[in-house]
Amino acid sequence: MRKMTARRGLGLAGLIVGLMSVVSPAAADLGLINMTRGVTESSRQIYDLHMTIFLITVVIGVLVFGAMFYSIYRHRKSRGVKPAKFHHSTAVEIVWTVIPLGILVAMAVPATQTLIELDDTSDAEMTVKVTGYQWFWGYEYMDEDVQFLSRLDVDSDRARQLGSGVQPASVDNYLQNVDKRLVVPVDTKIRFQITAADVIHSWWVPDLGWKKDAIPGFVNEAWTRIDEPGIYRGRCAELCGRDHGFMPIVVEAVEKDEFEEWLAGQRGGDAAAATASSNEQSEVSDQLASR
Amino acid sequence: MTATTQDHAHHEAEPTGLKRWLVTTNHKDIGSMYLLFSLAMFLVGGAMALVIRAELFQPGLQVVDPYFFNQMTTMHALVMIFGAVMPAFTGLANWMIPLMVGAPDMALPRMNNWSFWLLPFGFAILLSTLFMPGGGPAGGWTMYPPLMLQTGTAFPFVIFAIHVLGISSIMGSINVIATILNMRAPGMTLMKMPLFVWTWLITAYLMIAVMPVLAGAITMLLTDQYFGTTFFSAAGGGDPVLYQHIFWFFGHPEVYILILPAFGIISTIIPTFARKPLFGYSSMVYATASIAFLSFIVWAHHMFTVGMPVAGVLFFMYATMLIAVPTGVKVFNWVATMWRGAMTFETPMLFALAFVFLFTIGGFSGLMLAIAPADFQYHDTYFVVAHFHYVLVTGAVFAILAAAYYWLPKWTGHMYNERLGQWHFWLSVIFVNVLFFPQHFLGLAGMPRRIPDYSVQFADWNMISSIGGFGFGFAQLIFVYLLWQCIRGGQKAEARAWEGAEGLEWEVPSPAPHHTFDTPPVIR
Amino acid sequence: MAQAEGGYYVPHGSNWPIIGSVGLTALVVGIALYLEGIGAGPYVLAAGVLITAWMVVGWFGDVVREGVKGLYSDQVDRSLRWGMIWFIFSEIMFFAAFFGALFYARALSVPWLSGEDPATSRLLWDSMVLSWPTAGPGMADLEWKPMGPWPLPTINTLILLTSGMTLTIAHHALKEGHRGKLIAYMWATVALGTIFIAFQSYEYYHAYVDLNLRLDTGIYGSTFFMLTGFHGMHVLIGTIMLLVITLRCMKGHFRPESHFGFEATAWYWHFVDVVWLGLYIFVYIL
Ligand code: HEA
Ligand code: HEA
Ligand code: CUA
Ligand SMILES: [Cu+2]
Repeated sequence: MRKMTARRGLGLAGLIVGLMSVVSPAAADLGLINMTRGVTESSRQIYDLHMTIFLITVVIGVLVFGAMFYSIYRHRKSRGVKPAKFHHSTAVEIVWTVIPLGILVAMAVPATQTLIELDDTSDAEMTVKVTGYQWFWGYEYMDEDVQFLSRLDVDSDRARQLGSGVQPASVDNYLQNVDKRLVVPVDTKIRFQITAADVIHSWWVPDLGWKKDAIPGFVNEAWTRIDEPGIYRGRCAELCGRDHGFMPIVVEAVEKDEFEEWLAGQRGGDAAAATASSNEQSEVSDQLASR
Repeated sequence: MTATTQDHAHHEAEPTGLKRWLVTTNHKDIGSMYLLFSLAMFLVGGAMALVIRAELFQPGLQVVDPYFFNQMTTMHALVMIFGAVMPAFTGLANWMIPLMVGAPDMALPRMNNWSFWLLPFGFAILLSTLFMPGGGPAGGWTMYPPLMLQTGTAFPFVIFAIHVLGISSIMGSINVIATILNMRAPGMTLMKMPLFVWTWLITAYLMIAVMPVLAGAITMLLTDQYFGTTFFSAAGGGDPVLYQHIFWFFGHPEVYILILPAFGIISTIIPTFARKPLFGYSSMVYATASIAFLSFIVWAHHMFTVGMPVAGVLFFMYATMLIAVPTGVKVFNWVATMWRGAMTFETPMLFALAFVFLFTIGGFSGLMLAIAPADFQYHDTYFVVAHFHYVLVTGAVFAILAAAYYWLPKWTGHMYNERLGQWHFWLSVIFVNVLFFPQHFLGLAGMPRRIPDYSVQFADWNMISSIGGFGFGFAQLIFVYLLWQCIRGGQKAEARAWEGAEGLEWEVPSPAPHHTFDTPPVIR
Repeated sequence: MAQAEGGYYVPHGSNWPIIGSVGLTALVVGIALYLEGIGAGPYVLAAGVLITAWMVVGWFGDVVREGVKGLYSDQVDRSLRWGMIWFIFSEIMFFAAFFGALFYARALSVPWLSGEDPATSRLLWDSMVLSWPTAGPGMADLEWKPMGPWPLPTINTLILLTSGMTLTIAHHALKEGHRGKLIAYMWATVALGTIFIAFQSYEYYHAYVDLNLRLDTGIYGSTFFMLTGFHGMHVLIGTIMLLVITLRCMKGHFRPESHFGFEATAWYWHFVDVVWLGLYIFVYIL
């Protein structure tokens, strides 16, 4: 009877796998299962680190689970085996304490290097101050007199309301679009000074390789140097209240001269406009927040 | 060696009906109440999880308001941790430790009753906050300020509910320690104790050490909110991150509180069904102690992104990685116990084997999280959610289920329905992976945790995960039915219900009489 | 590990725990209601306090009666000892949380806010330079003074140390069967505890009125009042315990060879004493 149930279990597994493949319509999207390699030197280092640890654990897993399943297969009572009596072996126990220790040391070395590099914000060519608000981001180009706020774009905002009836898939970049992007130059070491005005947020763009918490009253630093022009999307990564899921980040990396041009166009004036529109919008969100 | 089973020498008439349960000092009664309470909380917490999974079934908001979603996330975690897993372990401790060490009862029986009866009251307060103006707590189970300070009327109720639950845990742990240190039968030296008892001894120590720290942290939240203190506000010279340090000084040992007794259970069940003594008993004890020690110096791995000085990050990264060593020792010992045994695969063993396999997977993802630079990407994503559900659900919960199947015959005097047990196991183990494995992918692909709605590239895996969630929840109903059946009747269980079972608990009849070991057994 | 004759005493049923649960629940719900400004708060709180007090008196009454009746074997006695030891350990960890907050503020958050590495946090606070004691960068305009160690806290330190000694003398007297000496020194200990509380209350008054040092005086006020306040609460509880024990001594409840209630109270008092030494050093002197 026991064998019966085991086989039935396998059958059930097959059924469920089958069911899963039926319900997942866009098989292409299932390719989205790993960390991005990103567009900076650091993000690639982190990706490599991630893959290295992952593969090490896979190898250890294959060995350990291999031994376990072999034992489950061979050393079962139904095969008429007699149990052995041994119950310890100091030599073996020392071996399997020391080997993992060695593996860990080997992992720690590249991790330490990467970490120290990530921490070094010196010699930055420009500085952007990032401020988290409930629930949008503020950006300030230090010493440039350019600052603005960046919020979820109107289309997503409309579609995301409970019972809006709008299909998320029909909205361009649902929940990952903003009304005003953070524009930065490529091949430039940019320092970020990250803080918050109300509660803790966390500024995260996966393609840059890191996230950093925005903490009210304190300033955290981080840096990046983007290789390729492009649009990189991220999101707030620290629970910050009702609309935590609705404060995306969009970074647009452009060539240096293009950036200078853009920056020149932004100087002055715009900040006031940004604040005005923010008041208007925050009234809306205040209403929403009044629970 | 025979154990006496007569009633106590000095006793008054024992009350019956509801009163019996209200005033009981019997460790078996109290153990049963803990276990049933824990099951009820598991269903409540699970129902909340299903609200979460229902909302995440598709992109767009369909079911609940985002703020309510956050309340569900917060409550789900609090209920599962403080209501389901911890009381289940305490219930097992109550039932089994006196039986395993040959004691007539717990060391402090009246306090034992109080430890239990604080729980329903604490949870009544906690759950009632969902109905208060402004709703329940919605800042995550970690309750970080300043966000937590935005909670409505519920705020002080949540704080005090956790205080009450904390008092209950501390008293329960004091009782366990006193029982283990003082109530062992003659000849039961520390290094002869069953591993479940050892792991609980160390767990109890951890709990007494860290629950008061949590109490301190939330007390500071309370005074920051109502009395103008500025522990967590920069304007007053404090720091929101200070809260996180204090919380995780509690929180990290807490996760080992949720797994060490599970290690003990697995170390009991595998030898029974492999019909072979546990491999490396003493290294198991030392490994448990090392894990407990290390658990005090790794807390900031939950805070790699808060902007700590790099030396701090390095220290916490190294210390965290070290935990893989003693945990590895345990995993290897379990496999070595199976090796050349004569295994059979009744439900408890199946859950135990699944534990070894799936907990280790959770451990591997834990190790990945420990690598600080990589954690800059993983942190606060579904990768973390996948990690901790592997260690908590296929770890702690599977071990509790294994323990329930293993000892049900001793508790009820009946064998459970093995066919249903097998169904429960296979459905659980399959659906739980459908539920949580895809969450690794979601996290790596960039889906943050604690969000009610997501961009469309995450839709497919979320749908699969939700299907797994409902399937897993359904499978648990089988367990509830099986339990009901087993309590009411079934094939009579022998004193030693399992062929390979060792230990004092199998020397007394099944069901275990109301009073056992009035005169202590002698252990050679 | 032999069991004393008559086996281990397992009381059969007790109403106190469930009464305690009701009492504690009413107590905390009362405080919560009060904090949220809901009318019923104080009444619920009062009911909670009464029920809890009833429970404490009743429960300990039972324990005392059972102890006096001799129901507690040596093994029960050891269980009680372990219980008390681990309870005190949990209390130590509770204080550790607040000491941790103090150390963190002094060693990390205040320096960070005033421009130490990472220097950038200071930008938010108009380049303010802070040093301990401080109420934080947001309260720079506040006029207040910190609490020095002299004279009251130092006198209080001496009082507590002395009370530890008088208690030890009383303990020896109990073990040697000198009843008169025991009771005299117990009363002395109670008196010292009471004086400590009186001085501490005066210190608080002085802080609020003369120094403008309040609970909401930034991180200094927060750590100062929370640490000394929780300690003071423990002194109060300890003094009440000592008082009860003194009365029990007078009733002749304790025997030279068996007096756990006395010892548990003594341990508790020494613990309160040691915490104070930590406070004296880290809150007042350094
Ligand atoms: C039962 C609970 C439990 C357990 C046992 C663990 C075990 C571990 N956890 Fe986990 N963890 C949680 C519960 C748990 N965790 C929870 C609840 C959270 C999230 C909290 C929140 O934010 O809400 C969390 C979060 C969490 C984080 C923070 C992630 C983040 O927020 O960014 C980290 C980071 O280091 C981490 C690490 C680890 C490690 C290294 C282990 C190790 O103990 C694992 C050790 C085990 C193994 C490694 C496998 C077996 C070993 C071998 C086979 C030997 C050989 C192996 C090697 C040498 C690789 N955990
Ligand atoms: C021991 C602890 C524990 C346990 C057992 C579980 C169990 C489950 N958890 Fe867990 N979870 C946490 C601890 C735990 N969780 C923690 C600490 C967090 C972090 C919270 C935070 O961010 O603050 C979290 C967060 C969390 C999230 C992330 C939420 C977010 O970030 O927004 C999700 C999402 O899928 C989830 C799902 C589940 C599911 C589906 C189960 C399932 O295993 C539950 C299965 C049980 C049942 C389903 C109940 C049984 C059946 C019924 C009640 C009958 C009805 C059933 C049907 C009709 C089908 N949990
Ligand atoms: Cu801002 Cu989450
Ligand atoms: Cu941890």
